[in-house]
Amino acid sequence: MSAAVLTKPHSERHTRSPAGVTLLLAFCLLLLLMLSLVKGAVSIPLQALPNMVWGDIPAEQVELTMWQSLLIEVRLPRALFAALAGGVLALTGVLAQALFRNPLAEPALVGMVSGGALGAVSIIVLGGGSFLLLAPAAFIGSLITTVCAYHLGRRYPGVAGLLLAGVAINAICFSLIGLFTYWADETQLRTLTFWNMGSLAGARWSLLAWLTPWLLAGSLLALRYWRGLNALLLGEREALHLGFPIKALRRQLIVLMALLVGPLVAATGGIGFIGLVVPHLLRMILGADHRHLLPAAMLGGACALVAADWLARIVVMPAELPIGIVTSLIGGPFFLYLLIKGRPA
Amino acid sequence: MKILRFLPALGLLLACWASAAAPERVVVLGGALTEIVYSFGAQNRLVGVDQSSVYPAAATRLPKVGYYRSFSVEGVLSLKPDLILASDQAGPPEALAQLRRMGKRVVILPSAANLTALEQRIYGVAGALQLREDGRSKVAQLRSQLAQLRQHKPAAPQASALVLFSRGGTPEGAGRDTAADSTLQLAGFRNVLARQVGYKPLSLEGIAQLQPQYLVTTSMSLTALGGMEKLLALPGVAQTPAVRQGNVLVLDDLLLLGFGPRLPEAITQLQHMPSKASGEPQQGQAK
Repeated sequence: MSAAVLTKPHSERHTRSPAGVTLLLAFCLLLLLMLSLVKGAVSIPLQALPNMVWGDIPAEQVELTMWQSLLIEVRLPRALFAALAGGVLALTGVLAQALFRNPLAEPALVGMVSGGALGAVSIIVLGGGSFLLLAPAAFIGSLITTVCAYHLGRRYPGVAGLLLAGVAINAICFSLIGLFTYWADETQLRTLTFWNMGSLAGARWSLLAWLTPWLLAGSLLALRYWRGLNALLLGEREALHLGFPIKALRRQLIVLMALLVGPLVAATGGIGFIGLVVPHLLRMILGADHRHLLPAAMLGGACALVAADWLARIVVMPAELPIGIVTSLIGGPFFLYLLIKGRPA
Repeated sequence: MKILRFLPALGLLLACWASAAAPERVVVLGGALTEIVYSFGAQNRLVGVDQSSVYPAAATRLPKVGYYRSFSVEGVLSLKPDLILASDQAGPPEALAQLRRMGKRVVILPSAANLTALEQRIYGVAGALQLREDGRSKVAQLRSQLAQLRQHKPAAPQASALVLFSRGGTPEGAGRDTAADSTLQLAGFRNVLARQVGYKPLSLEGIAQLQPQYLVTTSMSLTALGGMEKLLALPGVAQTPAVRQGNVLVLDDLLLLGFGPRLPEAITQLQHMPSKASGEPQQGQAK
């Protein structure tokens, strides 16, 4: 699909109906969710599903009860969590790319993820480790790094400044995380290691109950910024002339991104590339109008992460891969492609 | 008289209950526990292990459910276990809780590197496998072996030793509160890294400065470091009395780091390290 899209002349790229694409993505998400619920190390036959949801389970059907609890206890929270996390990552990717006015801005590349991880890790090692403390600490870490990346990135024209700032911020954050791991004891180390590669294995209903309202509220708020983001596309001065309070907009977006990425990172660790790849693909298909791009990115990110998580679970059965490996394996080459191609979209 | 008629039925019932409760499909999360299952000869009940189960070699051919600290819930479930034996370091904790909520029997055993915990591990595994008698005799045997070893005087009392190992090619040292440290102490050695807690990366200069009289490492570390020649040639390591006198011992990983049922064997091998220069480094009998 992508090859055909890429070769189209610029004028034709915008002709796809945004509603059609959004519907298609929503349909894909449903299919992928079904797939990840049914297929895994344990396969659940499709025809058993209705019985599990509506029917009564006969006492002798031990297998059916096992499948049912597998669905409810393990797969459903995990699939929903993957969809939520993927959606938020892609959404913040779009926000970052508009705010930084830079096609390569992505939560992980500009240091938002490592900043959030550093915040979370410092709480784990220095004290406590309850999610109530973890999320605010991750938010603060994320906020600081985002502000730094933004101000450093603006000093140089083009991609270079932001990427270099990202490199430096990531290096500082990861070395501080490394320093913390030196102080950590064995149990803490176990909690720390997953920040390196990300994991959705911690998905559980109680975590979802905390995160879902938070992330959904933040995402809905972000969707309302589409006009401001479109104005930013034209340039800051132009946006200002159009009557957008640029400074306030910038500040609100930075805080909003940190509010979304920080707590997410505290729960999943660093999952890279979703925020880069998904917005780019969709921009190629839909064009740059944020009114359509924002919701489509959420759906696309959800699709991408649900699919990646499913792959992570089935490739090395009965063990599983850290999800960050899968997203980087697919996202890395795509990132290279973007760099080679110059500045698309 | 009437009650006698029920006795055979009762007996049958008990037999049924006992056989129903004896687990036949066991997944182990933690190499030290796998070793205990093998020591009972109960390996035919194993349907899956984790990646740290590297001893005996046959265990490595069983289906793997990931590393015990980050195992896959679904992977465990797919093996349809009726018992999961887990180290208290196995996790994430939520994964174990999920298994329990799904009605799986999860037995968590202490991982600490001391004799009390080792006996609890052995009793725990034996109890869960319904091999209580084997557990008792195993512990009794262990105690008598250790008592014998205590009488045996080490080659050089309180000689200093360094446990060097490596996961990815950089040397690391075992400090206090590690299985390696406990094994070393039981064998009568003084750990030169007693001031450090846990397993930490080790600088080559640091090794030279510690001047250990004995150097102990594991076979997997040796592979990671590129072989015995590479290890002995490492600057810093080459300058230690241990290397100059040829007091280098290689043990298999779980023997040194597992604190399992082969503890007496580990202690024996440590105590039989030569105290005089023999030219050739000692190769432990890694089975």
